[in-house]
Amino acid sequence: MAATEGIKQHHSTWSPYDNNGGTCIAIAGSNYCVIAADTRMSTGYSILTRDYSKICNLADKCVMASSGFQADVKALQKNLSARHLIYQHQHNKQMSCPAMAQLLSNTLYYKRFFPYYSFNVLGGLDNEGKGCVFTYDAVGSYERVGYGAQGTGGTLMMPVLDNQLKSPSPLLLPAQDATTPLSESEAVDLVKDVFASAAERDIYTGDGLEIVVVNAEGVKREFLELRRD
Amino acid sequence: MGGSYGSTLRYKSVQRLKPIGKHTLLGAGGEISDFQEIVRYLDELILYDNMWDDGNSLGPKEVHNYLNRLMYNRRNKFNPLWNTLVLGGVKNGQKYLGTVNMIGVHYEENHVATGFGNHLARPIFRDEWHEDMTFEEGVKLLEKCMLVLLYRDRSAVNKLQIAKITEEGATISEPYAIKTHWELEAFKNPATGAVGSW
Repeated sequence: MAATEGIKQHHSTWSPYDNNGGTCIAIAGSNYCVIAADTRMSTGYSILTRDYSKICNLADKCVMASSGFQADVKALQKNLSARHLIYQHQHNKQMSCPAMAQLLSNTLYYKRFFPYYSFNVLGGLDNEGKGCVFTYDAVGSYERVGYGAQGTGGTLMMPVLDNQLKSPSPLLLPAQDATTPLSESEAVDLVKDVFASAAERDIYTGDGLEIVVVNAEGVKREFLELRRD
Repeated sequence: MGGSYGSTLRYKSVQRLKPIGKHTLLGAGGEISDFQEIVRYLDELILYDNMWDDGNSLGPKEVHNYLNRLMYNRRNKFNPLWNTLVLGGVKNGQKYLGTVNMIGVHYEENHVATGFGNHLARPIFRDEWHEDMTFEEGVKLLEKCMLVLLYRDRSAVNKLQIAKITEEGATISEPYAIKTHWELEAFKNPATGAVGSW
């Protein structure tokens, strides 16, 4: 393989990865789903651009937000979009969110030994029209949850979401639904608040916020400014 | 137009800007031989596109997409083309500016830069770039940034080219130098503030 010829050179410090930063979250409601991500793209201590979308509309009722290494994120999103197009040709319908969730997991694990450095949250409506959110690690381990946060500001946001969305313990039996009873506008306001908070302390989160809401009527997009420092 | 080899200034007339087809201009930082190979790949791409003779031609978006794939695929094989590329163009009245680097990270913006330009020039662009600048204003802004880079980037030389691309086509200027000012008081007696140093 060409890899061995390439490695012969002296660039032992070259890394095929970079972290372009940013945070993504999603919150599932009874009949909607909110997916949001900041629009900053960084490298090291520099900002590359303030106006970059991390959100990808994979299917009618399925939206993915990913942060991490931008080239891998783009390749992954392109891969899934292409697979969705093939699915549509073969099945004459859109992929459901749970189906896309499984596909994403399998796609990530396929590169288990040279991973996509991509931290994803998948959001949308399930087959019953209820909001669903799936949260992933870089190699495809996934779980359906009521809300999730990934990326550089994820650890700052998750405790706040835990507190505000009062999720039932995942250990309870029978399993209780973690979908929030909040209204769509309340959930969107919560998203704006957590991003404003994370932008204060996480240097990689800021500049702008993109919010996508998926409900029975379709997909709506909103944009607002965040701290630019 | 400088081409360093480690800390040696080895080549002083390196062409870092090349026109691609009718609609695009490509510039590069990093390994010059890899850039020259990229230009060969693109010349072949444009040639095959022209051979269809169907009135269609590859624009900057298409070339950028090709380059994204090229750079990313080489990165996947652990054998990168060691460049940061900046790509601009105009097609059907729509202007375009983008960049891609050796690991495949890419984006579009109103101003882009390679290497030290990201640290020294981008902040100036953010402050002074605005929509609908004239060509003269653009050149002035670019020269301002190139001057800062000339003063502060060790590998910079005072020989540059400005390229312009419009709907009509691409032009690349002849190499020229920018005026530098070394008569600042601080340069006259550099050791004044620290007697005994040099």
